[in-house]
Amino acid sequence: MAGLTAVELSCADLSVRELNEALHQLPDGTSVRITEPRGRHNLAVGLSSRLDITISGNAGYFIGALGDGPDIVVEGFVGWSVGENLMSGTIRVHGTASESAGASARGGLIVIEGDASSRAGISLKGGTIAIAGDAGHMSGFMAQAGTMLIGGDAAGSLGDSLYEAVIYVGGKVRSLGADAKIAELDGDDVELVRDLAAAAGFGHVSAESVTKVVSAKNLYRFDALKDQRY
Amino acid sequence: MCGIVGIRLRNPDLQPVLGELVAPMLDVLASRGPDSTGVAIYVSDVPEGALKYSLCAPDVGYDWAQYVAAVEAADGRPVELRPRGRDAVIVTHLEPGKARQVLADIDPAVRLFGHGAAIEVYKDVGPASEVCERYGVPGMAGYQAIGHTRMATESAVTTEHSHPFAVAPDLALVHNGSFSNYASVRRNLRAEGVQFDTDNDSEVAARYIALQMEAGADLADALRRVLRVFDGFFTLLVASGDEFAVVRDSFACKPMVVAQTPDYVAVASEYVALADLPGVEKAQVFEPMPEEIYTWQG
Repeated sequence: MAGLTAVELSCADLSVRELNEALHQLPDGTSVRITEPRGRHNLAVGLSSRLDITISGNAGYFIGALGDGPDIVVEGFVGWSVGENLMSGTIRVHGTASESAGASARGGLIVIEGDASSRAGISLKGGTIAIAGDAGHMSGFMAQAGTMLIGGDAAGSLGDSLYEAVIYVGGKVRSLGADAKIAELDGDDVELVRDLAAAAGFGHVSAESVTKVVSAKNLYRFDALKDQRY
Repeated sequence: MCGIVGIRLRNPDLQPVLGELVAPMLDVLASRGPDSTGVAIYVSDVPEGALKYSLCAPDVGYDWAQYVAAVEAADGRPVELRPRGRDAVIVTHLEPGKARQVLADIDPAVRLFGHGAAIEVYKDVGPASEVCERYGVPGMAGYQAIGHTRMATESAVTTEHSHPFAVAPDLALVHNGSFSNYASVRRNLRAEGVQFDTDNDSEVAARYIALQMEAGADLADALRRVLRVFDGFFTLLVASGDEFAVVRDSFACKPMVVAQTPDYVAVASEYVALADLPGVEKAQVFEPMPEEIYTWQG
């Protein structure tokens, strides 16, 4: 959406703390451009306002983490844990993402237009992650809820110790992790993948031919109905 | 947590400013390792046949002139002294095998941090900005450097426990991570006659690699054996006189980013440490894959 006002904040002028404090002051609907990120960590974290944020360049760890509302675009690559514990809103990375993309995300949508490194979607708790390219090893590790779409290939140990999260892979799966299995696609899956690929802008993913990976439930130890304490 | 940086220059025009490139990289990663800082600088500036010995003084203000006189007396040939902060590099024709004994006999309180035709090692307790300033790292020239910012997790915070560990001619190692079976590996190495300066886990890896290479392995082969023998979490950056190599364990939970341009190959624990290098915006940037050996000669 078009922002009400346009603001530009430069990492060359502001510390990360100052920049985040400035972001937290802005009203909903503001369009913000963050310049000169130069790999800095923790940019645009903990925001609960509806901002449109563009980061012009390569950024570091935890970009957009804990977000509950903003729409963030990174015009470059990001380091570890982009969108960690995201609650809602979107993060789109034009480049690649390093390890643990979307770790523990509760909600929202994270789109990686390049590849993602190891442990993408680790401990996912309800968020949605769409990776256009390949995903690194141990992706989806212990993912509890939510959806991952990997447009390219998945490296080894995909979905190790999965709970309720579901992983769709457009390319090849090098190997499944412990207690992950390939499941039949049904009509709901195809519809979900088609919608997600469309939202992510992935023209190369054919919803009818993805591989669906879920928990085999042999190691599954989550049963709230039994009054277990976690 | 620790920070690793390294740069190997392809463009010789950058050699005079190597230290200016490396010191800020270390400073950026001081947040990953504020305890201690160290760097191995590779510069070809001694005559054929001469070697440099990086020596650590027991105290500031150490009498290096007297020390050098004793080396000259033992060796019978002139020795060049290059004081740096508390420490010094001496240039001699002492053979590495003989040097350890000669130097230990002169003053066992002076510790040998590295030796070779090109390598110089400077390391100390303190954050990167202070240590680099103390030893004049920003003013150093050279063709290659590896460095480390330490947050100690398994052995004491002292100068000799700092990285790099440079235990064979022109060979240096920096490590981010922790080995879990290093005591067993050290026991096996001791049985083969290897001696250790510290109880640090990274020194075990350095001595293991040195032993493999002494037996004829190249650096890549030695690192393949590290993957088989060592258990734990590790990202290693290892340099020899003409090579530069990176390896990560199977979990790859200790970070590393590589940036390659026609002018250099540079590595760092985090991209933020590479972001101010000249031309990095056009570099090929990638993360080393788990259990793969990456080497650069060019």
